[in-house]
Amino acid sequence: MHMRLILAALLGFFLADLCFGQELNPPQQATAGNPFSIPTSGSGSATFYLFGPGSVVKQDVHLGQAVDVRGEDVTTAGRYTVILCGDTCHSAHFFIAAASPASLSFLAHPSRAMVKQSGSISGVVFPFDKFQNLVLSPVTVNFKMTTNKNSLFSRAVPTRQGVAWFRSDSGNTAGLVLLSASVNGLSAQRALQLVASDPCNLRIKAKQTAKGVLVETDPIHDCAGNTVPDGTIVTFTANSGAGRSTVDAPIKQGVARANLTPSGTTVISAASGVVMGNELRMDVKR
Amino acid sequence: MKIVIPVAIVVVTVILLVAGGLSPSQVGIAVGEGVGTTFTGSSTGGTVPEQVVTAFLQNVQRRNWHGAYAYLATQNKADEASFVRELAGRDASLRTFSTLSSWDLKPMHANDGEADIRTTMHWSTPVGVMASVRDLKVVNEQNAWRIVWPQPQLADVPAQVVPVNYLRWDLVTHASPEWGNSGVDGPRVRIVSMNAVSYNGGSVIMGEALNEDTVPAFVNVNATLMGQDGKPIGEESSFDKILHVLLPKQVTPYRIDFPNVELQSVKNVQMDIKTTLVPASADPVIGVMNQSIDTDATGRKVLQGQLLNQSGQIVNVSHVIATFYDTDGKVIWVSDGYVDSALYPQTPETFSVEVPSTVAGSAHNYHVVVNQYSLERS
Repeated sequence: MHMRLILAALLGFFLADLCFGQELNPPQQATAGNPFSIPTSGSGSATFYLFGPGSVVKQDVHLGQAVDVRGEDVTTAGRYTVILCGDTCHSAHFFIAAASPASLSFLAHPSRAMVKQSGSISGVVFPFDKFQNLVLSPVTVNFKMTTNKNSLFSRAVPTRQGVAWFRSDSGNTAGLVLLSASVNGLSAQRALQLVASDPCNLRIKAKQTAKGVLVETDPIHDCAGNTVPDGTIVTFTANSGAGRSTVDAPIKQGVARANLTPSGTTVISAASGVVMGNELRMDVKR
Repeated sequence: MKIVIPVAIVVVTVILLVAGGLSPSQVGIAVGEGVGTTFTGSSTGGTVPEQVVTAFLQNVQRRNWHGAYAYLATQNKADEASFVRELAGRDASLRTFSTLSSWDLKPMHANDGEADIRTTMHWSTPVGVMASVRDLKVVNEQNAWRIVWPQPQLADVPAQVVPVNYLRWDLVTHASPEWGNSGVDGPRVRIVSMNAVSYNGGSVIMGEALNEDTVPAFVNVNATLMGQDGKPIGEESSFDKILHVLLPKQVTPYRIDFPNVELQSVKNVQMDIKTTLVPASADPVIGVMNQSIDTDATGRKVLQGQLLNQSGQIVNVSHVIATFYDTDGKVIWVSDGYVDSALYPQTPETFSVEVPSTVAGSAHNYHVVVNQYSLERS
């Protein structure tokens, strides 16, 4: 029993030595999806094996004729091993590279950004070939940032190890911004929203009405002059002899307004988030 | 021996049945708690005015409105429909989902002709037990004690058109198969303050959060208490003590209770705020008017005021959350309370939330926000 095992091991070592001790010459440059041939020498039949990251192929071949490898058997980029076994076995390794870019994965961040923020917008592109292999060979990606057909930013960035990226400041004007990345006629587009920053110079005015006091803001802008979006909450506070009254009112059509019901000497103020507005003092007669 | 046990069981059963039939019936009488001179809902004794109020409240508890109405005095008497609307609630307010569970009676004054009884009614509601206090005047009318129940001032909104510039955010959740193009970023919400205090042998974590974004956010705040050994000893969320839907630049208080964890055993607190982008509406706007810290009829410190619905739609259930600050602007307490009446357009409705006496003395400032639930929008 022990003798059989020893003989099998010796045979295995011998065959392995035959397999890896001799050379097989596949093409040095091969591209995913492209067929190619591997020449053989000798005569008689043999078995051809192809091992790759996405496929395994076994076929009977005639020595002396080239072995044809179909394009569909090498669609995944990476390291492949070929073995040809006749009387003896020969093996070799080669690499399949990604084909030319056929699609772009474009990740833009964030989807909303405040205006006038440095380095707040970034984009990353990964080029892929038609078999979804990451294209590692350098390609040039053209990034563009446009708003309302005006170009805010344009830059050509070569990929490194299959990745190209940029980082940019947000503009001064709120609105929809289109980010595009293109490579040799391929393009991908993302939309992001530049939004107004915190209110700047929040000012209120008040007038007495039959129901109390109508308080409203001037049109609310940020410090870059952008209109603060509707729906933003402005908190109005009135302190009077009747106690304190507060209303969280949303901005509508650029202005926030609220009805308060103070009486007597009243101090009215407004705030939005962490921004304070001016104070009004009035004597309310009811 | 085989016969003795069944016979004994039958005899005992018969004795119990007879004894039960002889004792007075107490079916439907609520169980309450008596404190000091308080006359409770479980009692059948007390003075005649107290017995009348008890019988009245038993009918209210059974929702036998006509039976309860029969206990009202003729002087200045509310009409039956208004009486029922006041006690049973209307327009899907919190009271319509409530049941009177128990009550406490405290005689304030009595003579042969009239008596004043302070009645604390405990209502079981979907959001917990709520107490309402009412001073009932009981008068002797032709040798029968009756309760004075004046006509309630129910909101009666005249027919009108209230123009509203309707503002809302809709969320498009189209998921593209293309990687990197599947959605928009979640809202940016920040915890702007946090404070931990010891309260009734437990711990309370409270503070404020601000929606810094330009879109509405659904917000929840979680806290994990870490013990002296660095291991978690408690984890809770803010539950309903927060404005969950936070509009842009809106500030919400939050409060997280750990009733079973002493503050001395806490080494540090890990805060976690979860936000989700949600569709929301900016309406209705509810003003909080005439707020002041006062002492209520039972001697407690309360923050009270009026809620004013400034839009044109009825708000069915409203929830008031108040933040109290010390002189340095630090959050020292967060109280909340529900209002059991619906909010009608342009009609003030009173509210009050309890303020612990220790907080009332050191509260320099306060801010009130209102959660609202409207059936039309849910």
